[in-house]
Amino acid sequence: MELTLWTYEGPPHVGAMRVASSMKDIHYVLHAPQGDTYADLLFTMIERRGQRPPVTYTTFQARDLGGDTAELVKRNITEAVERFKPKTLLVGESCTAELIQDQPGALAKGMGFDIPIVNLELPAYSKKENWGASETFYQIIRTLLKDKVNQIDKINPQRWKSLGRRPKVNILGPTLLGFRCRDDVIEIQRILSEQGIDTNVVAPLGSSPKDIERLTDADINVCLYQEIAEISCEWLKRNCGMEYTTTIPIGIKNTINFIHEVHEKLDLPLTNKGELEHKSKLPWYSKSVDSNYLTGKRVFIFGDGTHAIAAAKIAKDELGFEVVGLGTYSREMARQVRSAAKDLNIEALITNSYLEVEDAMKKAAPELVLGTQMERHSAKRLGIPCSVISTPMHVQDVPARYSPQMGWEGANVIFDDWVHPLMMGLEEHLIDMFKHDFEFVDGHQSHLGHTATKVKDHINSKGKEGNKNKEVIMWTESGRAELTKVPFFVRGKVKTNTEKYAISKGIPEISDETLYDAKAFYS
Amino acid sequence: MSKVELNKETGPREVFCGLTSIVWLHRRMPDAFFLVVGSRTCAHLIQSAAGVMIFAEPRFGTAILEEKDLAGLADAHEELDRVVNDLISRRPEIKTLFLVGSCPSEVIKLDLATVADKLNKRFLGQVRFVNYSGSGIETTFTQGEDGALKALVPLMESTDDEKLLLVGTLANNVEDRFKKIFNQIGINNVESFPPRQSTELPKIGKNTKVLLTQPYLSDTIRDLKHRGCKIIYAPFPLGVEGSTKWFLAGADAFKINELKVHEVIAPLANRARQALEKHTEILRGKKLFLLPESQLEISLARFLHNECGMELIEVGTPYLNKDLMDEELNLLPDNTKIVEGQHVEKQLDRVRASSPDLVVCGMGLANPLEAEGISTKWSIEMVFSPIHGIDQAADLAGLFSRPLKRNQILTSKTLATH
Repeated sequence: MELTLWTYEGPPHVGAMRVASSMKDIHYVLHAPQGDTYADLLFTMIERRGQRPPVTYTTFQARDLGGDTAELVKRNITEAVERFKPKTLLVGESCTAELIQDQPGALAKGMGFDIPIVNLELPAYSKKENWGASETFYQIIRTLLKDKVNQIDKINPQRWKSLGRRPKVNILGPTLLGFRCRDDVIEIQRILSEQGIDTNVVAPLGSSPKDIERLTDADINVCLYQEIAEISCEWLKRNCGMEYTTTIPIGIKNTINFIHEVHEKLDLPLTNKGELEHKSKLPWYSKSVDSNYLTGKRVFIFGDGTHAIAAAKIAKDELGFEVVGLGTYSREMARQVRSAAKDLNIEALITNSYLEVEDAMKKAAPELVLGTQMERHSAKRLGIPCSVISTPMHVQDVPARYSPQMGWEGANVIFDDWVHPLMMGLEEHLIDMFKHDFEFVDGHQSHLGHTATKVKDHINSKGKEGNKNKEVIMWTESGRAELTKVPFFVRGKVKTNTEKYAISKGIPEISDETLYDAKAFYS
Repeated sequence: MSKVELNKETGPREVFCGLTSIVWLHRRMPDAFFLVVGSRTCAHLIQSAAGVMIFAEPRFGTAILEEKDLAGLADAHEELDRVVNDLISRRPEIKTLFLVGSCPSEVIKLDLATVADKLNKRFLGQVRFVNYSGSGIETTFTQGEDGALKALVPLMESTDDEKLLLVGTLANNVEDRFKKIFNQIGINNVESFPPRQSTELPKIGKNTKVLLTQPYLSDTIRDLKHRGCKIIYAPFPLGVEGSTKWFLAGADAFKINELKVHEVIAPLANRARQALEKHTEILRGKKLFLLPESQLEISLARFLHNECGMELIEVGTPYLNKDLMDEELNLLPDNTKIVEGQHVEKQLDRVRASSPDLVVCGMGLANPLEAEGISTKWSIEMVFSPIHGIDQAADLAGLFSRPLKRNQILTSKTLATH
């Protein structure tokens, strides 16, 4: 049993819904009690979709359990097929239905429909949302392509030359409720088309079973979200030799690497190499004098594997931040995240508990948090600015404007989204210059108004914790007064450092002088 | 009963389960914690229903069942013990801990009552444990509150004092208003259940007169009756009419003259009717379709028809307790079509066919209907907003007039579509 207050991922059948809802001409009959229908609002409210997900729930009740729930399943399948006329039917169960073992998938297969039926077995008590999405996508591809892949030769990624056409790729992995997937697809398609590469199929987002059947018309696959598409890409490679890309084009460096990888796989000469550096504003914005204040800003990163790893790279190499924390809730990607953390000389945090993440965040005392909706809350409580880079997300993370994370424009969006919560360079200088003016009261914030912890609360709360420890550190009036003069966004760090210094030197009371001693010691 | 047309429907449903009521119950009793014993789906449901985490530090959580818990039930009990210990040490301020059953815990027959008994002995004097089921195979949406309150009834001490007990979760400001008005009417001993602190449960007995504030508390009422309480049947305090009749019924149980009630209420009612006017201007003559979700549908339909002039196409309700709803049904116009239960697809077909001006529905259906050009109002807003009482009548009407007003402001002309 695991105690959860908030959870990063939903159950695996919600992952299946993400895939089903992303596609056309598909319907999902989900054996589930009525409460499970809540999942619809993830799509209609968070993502503001104008359609209900293509899901029929059997909504069995306690009184049905004594009778024949299998009959109930069959009735719902029949009604759904008649009403929605899908080209492919997914059949599965949620956690409660799994316990009553009606095996709806097997039932559906015995009902004599002349459409492909995908039997989804998603173990609800051991797996989670992303796994469910990945498995569903894989099972759809397997079911629809099984016969075809046996009949075709291995696909040579360079065959486009002999076929006398432009190279063609599939873009695999984007789904509804994925972080900015909608816009990432547009951005990546645009980049590929600039290079003379056509998109054969984007899936699951926007695809139909017919599109899945023509996946093998492409020369290679672009695996855009490993969490969702890696297993499918692997299967296509194993069964029909289709190569797939592994670089995730988030950030300048990785977008360039991605373009190189695609060209190498297709054996297509890269003609505009020099231009690539200038496609995004991020490099110049990052180097402009106003960005000087970004130097060494301490940043804490937590999210799904794909976005967390990408964020760490951008933070360090493209914005000049210091990454003081990196972690993920995607256990499937723990290995990659650990290795990314190792490159940064830190230890990765792999956990499902947002409280553990909050603790780690507190300890790392970052100046910026890049996280999920959960970290937004934690950061708010700690008075640290935060930008959301990954699911789970809030309705405000599905903006009306075009705001990809991938490619050139994605890099622009990232620069703005991450840097704006911090105080801007000129603003920070001005505050520093005018901090003794009477308008500059304690707790002064930038116009963005993130809630800083008042120094009084900060001292009090830390004081309580301190009492539990062996070392009791006292702040004198002068020390306290000096601490209030430190800008709020570094105050926590200064306080911790000064206390650490005082303990190490055996100083029982911290005065203004101690604070400056500590400052000199650490600088 | 008036000649309403009663229909029953079964089929695929699209409603929240009883777990969702935790989201308002935990706000009512800040010293309580709600621990769902369920699956990852339950955890995901509550956080999604709570608007994807509007609360940074919630007073509810889920003990997620894992494969190993399903293997042997004895282990599940031990595991639950461990989780509860962790929780109590993390949150020492918790006075009452609700162990909430879910679909999977019901299906595997996890005996939460026994667990609660054991924990009660261990944490005697520190934390009180109660259990109830909010499972979706047994309860819909607001019925979870019924389960939670019913679980508290045995803990209420006995008294022979005469008192009025208001039953059902209310917003604090509404509760204060109700108490003040009853005091003015001449009933001074007025208490609320659930109380604002879970440990301050009202005492009950044969001189307790119970006035319901919410229509979905059938089981709680039955148990209160068994404890000797007298149930006052009345329309529910929504709108001027419902609230007035509700106050009158309360006063009547205390043998207070009707004139006294009118004397107190008349100025409030006049003020409320004036305030209602600007909403009824928009609502009058508009066609209303209520899909089943919160159990408040019948009372809302009565208010929106009788006081706001709306035309009722269909009034859905997840289930109908005829005893509790009798007074409400009597106030509905003849031939009102009431549909108990749900076949969501068929109901949506009827919605489309009847081209309503406004549909009351669950959150999963709202945007898809809006996309079809049909204005909607979420059922869940009715359980989160202070809508009860005469003073709130205009606010209640405002919840329904706002979407229509929005349609007037944002036309195809202003939005530059075709």
